[in-house]
Amino acid sequence: MRIKPHDAANRDRQADSSAMTDTATKDRAGNDRWVAADEHKRAKTGAARYRAGVLKYAQMGYWNPDYSPEPTDVLALFRITPQDGVEPEEAAAAVAGESSTATWTVVWTDRLTACDRYRAKAYRVDPVPGSPGQYFAYIAYDLDLFEPGSVANLTASVIGNVFGFKPLKALRLEDMRFPAAYVKTFAGPPTGIVVERERLDKFGRPLLGATVKPKLGLSGKNYGRVVYEALKGGLDFTKDDENINSQPFMHWRDRFLYCMEAINRAQAATGEIKGHYLNVTAGTMEDMYERAEFAKELGSVIVMIDLVIGYTAIQSMSRWARRNDMILHLHRAGHSTYTRQKSHGVSFRVISKWMRLAGVDHIHAGTVVGKLEGDPNSVQGFYNVLRESRNPQDLQRGIFFEQDWAGLNGVMPVASGGIHAGQMHQLLHYLGEDVVLQFGGGTIGHPMGIAAGATANRVALEAMVLARNEGRDIWNEGPEILAAAARSCAPLKAALDVWGEVTFNYASTDTPDFVPTAAVA
Amino acid sequence: MRITQGTFSFLPDLSDAQIARQIDYCLDKGWAVSVEYTDDPHPRNAYWEMFGHPMFDVRDAAGVMTEVNACRRTFPEHYIKVNAFDATRGRESLRLSFIVGRPAVEPGFGLVREEGPGRSVRYTTRAYATERPEGERYPSAAEDARAHG
Amino acid sequence: MGEPAKTAPFAGALDLEAAYRDSHVGEVLDSLERELVGLAPVKSRIRDIAALLLIDKLRRAVGLSSGPPALHMSFTGNPGTGKTTVAMRMAEILHRLGYVRKGHLVAVTRDDLVGQYIGHTAPKTREVLKRALGGVLFVDEAYYLYRPENERDYGQEAIEILLQVMENQRDDLVVILAGYKDRMETFFRSNPGMSSRIAHHIDFPDYTPEELLAIARLMLERMQYRLDEPADGALREYIEKRRAQPHFANARSIRNALDRARLRQASRLFERHGIEQGRAISKQDLETIEECDIRASRVLKRGRA
Repeated sequence: MRIKPHDAANRDRQADSSAMTDTATKDRAGNDRWVAADEHKRAKTGAARYRAGVLKYAQMGYWNPDYSPEPTDVLALFRITPQDGVEPEEAAAAVAGESSTATWTVVWTDRLTACDRYRAKAYRVDPVPGSPGQYFAYIAYDLDLFEPGSVANLTASVIGNVFGFKPLKALRLEDMRFPAAYVKTFAGPPTGIVVERERLDKFGRPLLGATVKPKLGLSGKNYGRVVYEALKGGLDFTKDDENINSQPFMHWRDRFLYCMEAINRAQAATGEIKGHYLNVTAGTMEDMYERAEFAKELGSVIVMIDLVIGYTAIQSMSRWARRNDMILHLHRAGHSTYTRQKSHGVSFRVISKWMRLAGVDHIHAGTVVGKLEGDPNSVQGFYNVLRESRNPQDLQRGIFFEQDWAGLNGVMPVASGGIHAGQMHQLLHYLGEDVVLQFGGGTIGHPMGIAAGATANRVALEAMVLARNEGRDIWNEGPEILAAAARSCAPLKAALDVWGEVTFNYASTDTPDFVPTAAVA
Repeated sequence: MRITQGTFSFLPDLSDAQIARQIDYCLDKGWAVSVEYTDDPHPRNAYWEMFGHPMFDVRDAAGVMTEVNACRRTFPEHYIKVNAFDATRGRESLRLSFIVGRPAVEPGFGLVREEGPGRSVRYTTRAYATERPEGERYPSAAEDARAHG
Repeated sequence: MGEPAKTAPFAGALDLEAAYRDSHVGEVLDSLERELVGLAPVKSRIRDIAALLLIDKLRRAVGLSSGPPALHMSFTGNPGTGKTTVAMRMAEILHRLGYVRKGHLVAVTRDDLVGQYIGHTAPKTREVLKRALGGVLFVDEAYYLYRPENERDYGQEAIEILLQVMENQRDDLVVILAGYKDRMETFFRSNPGMSSRIAHHIDFPDYTPEELLAIARLMLERMQYRLDEPADGALREYIEKRRAQPHFANARSIRNALDRARLRQASRLFERHGIEQGRAISKQDLETIEECDIRASRVLKRGRA
């Protein structure tokens, strides 16, 4: 039976209306034959497969419900919203195809390859609970499809071609699973959580930071003043913002020089190791290396890059950071353009995994209670993916695949954006200990000055950790614990007076689709 | 001056009861607690002197506190800290580290600047205490008062 | 003067029933009942002590105080009479009633406490104490600490350190000394300081033959063996004879005898059901110990162990 393009559409309509019944058609010779109702979902083989013309993706072999993923396969989970009239298996197969070897029509040259191997296989499709028209599609990719140690290749492969595809209304990459064999080809975070703490000699509590405010406009010398006050007052780090690179109001070299003066003064004043994330983001790699080298020369412990420099640049900088014993901080600039909406884009969960492979030591990952998007379960999912040596499946936190990180270092998540000392108990509860808490406005906007703001945050944090270790219920007694600490710390008292009531309560746009099953009595 | 190394340095000095509670927290987690001391408080001093080995088999804070107090008696004018070591895979490092003893007077650090090419400066922090030999670095408060009238 | 650590929640009004329930001490007493055969006087003494400690807690709750509770003990008796097992249960009871913070037991003998040269003892003893603090220190054959005839013996130093801790750190540690009854009595007579710090002396009598048989049956049950009737009778005889002989270590001796019987059973089964014989072996064969397995013992053949 020959298949002509316009017949395909007719048959679709027929298949929909008579879902389970077989259809009578005629073969080439004009004889009657019965066609199985789900033939359009079954892979064709041999000559039938490679005859010129258009086949459904499922028929081309991209849908294979009997396929059992190999431990060496790279797996991806997509949330697909097919166009009306497109079956979910076909949509899943199309995604598998277009992110691997397919094109819109049959090509004979496939047969010059071990094509069965290179074809990605959509092996499972589940409806998304509570969202009619959306499906979770599981797709497996053979390890041979990927270049070792290249995030650029990984992303080009999986998301490079498929997101504009017309048969889909929307598409989101929700999660990925990397086999240990593949993870091992990446160097991963150059420093990692454990070594970072050992270098700073700071254990047992979250680290504290602050972005210099105002974001833009300060000159080098004034910028250094903010850094000095904040570090002297008690923060561990201060931070360039993502768009502080080298502008007319402050050249990068002046910023670096004044910041190092500030950092070293603060170190002498406190006896602690201090740092400032010097942003080395620039227009070209050559400029970036120049800036990073200068930071190293001046003795900085840490440099910073923005996500917008691109995956290849990030991996290069990671390599440089390891060679130069530098902690590498990544600002996730621009991610919300594609991570925030549930229906379309790439989940931040996947970005986190890619960044861990690419090799960054810090990454902004959400605060839950601050001014930026992030519901508790999703954010905890991101944190687990970044920090743990092994992630078990955890659907409640949006982790669909078990992932073994094969000894790759952990990434320290950074919580930044509209948080203040009055939320310390919530932050410690949701985010744990291995995190950098950044209080930009919450330090610099303190009524008694920047150093006082830093002190307030540090005292609040230490008091909360002390109480938690003693076994107190910090979730409920948090405000009490803070008030008690404030009695011997005027800056903390002032901070609580000014900000104690501030919260950011909006409905989250990105929550996990998890329906807990009722417990069986 | 008061160096703020360690997890709880911004809080008022911990009482013995508070220290014991932190130690109990560490022992309950299965971490090995150890005591270290030094008279060289430079932040890059990674190796304080060990006061005995990490206490891998001690179950109760009282056992650790005997060591802490023994260290305080032996080195009244040194910095003393309590560490908790977690040997699980992927960590194999300290989980908690806080100061439980300080010299009566802490002179702190001076910042030494060496001008380099262009506008760059090479910095180093130097502890005033380490300008003197070991054993003479931290006079007791009484001696300090006598020395400074 | 120390307050007992607050591990057991305490019922508001003076509800003895509730206090007993909340402390979960009953569970430990029940498991003691189950695990150990006989030892009636010991079990009743333990129950008395538990009652005393519970009442003491209640008294403190209403402000009545009879001074710091006296908890150090001595357990006397022949080997294999359950002293170490009871010491572990006692540690649990003390923990559940809040008299001891962690409830772990550290069991030592003289060699763990005493050094071989000057200056060796104190650190050794202190190391042991460090591990034991918060729980119970069980010193087996404690009398070996005291060797007056040898002037270069360092046991006295260990005794001094123990005495000090038993007096000054009662909140942190409970000490149980154990050993043969007569030797412990001599030890206490020569060390009145030690004797005065011991509040409870518990004697562990030897097991009766019936009790030993019951212990044997319990052990076999746990190992999933059974005696057939003639074997049971043979075992009875064995116990009678063995008890009378020197170096009888009660439950331990029974355990050894059963292990030897198992060896003989295995050999017997091999002979009877070996490959040449071709007779199929059944589950019953595997679990049964027969009379000949017991009678093969030298104790029964020749009347000596």
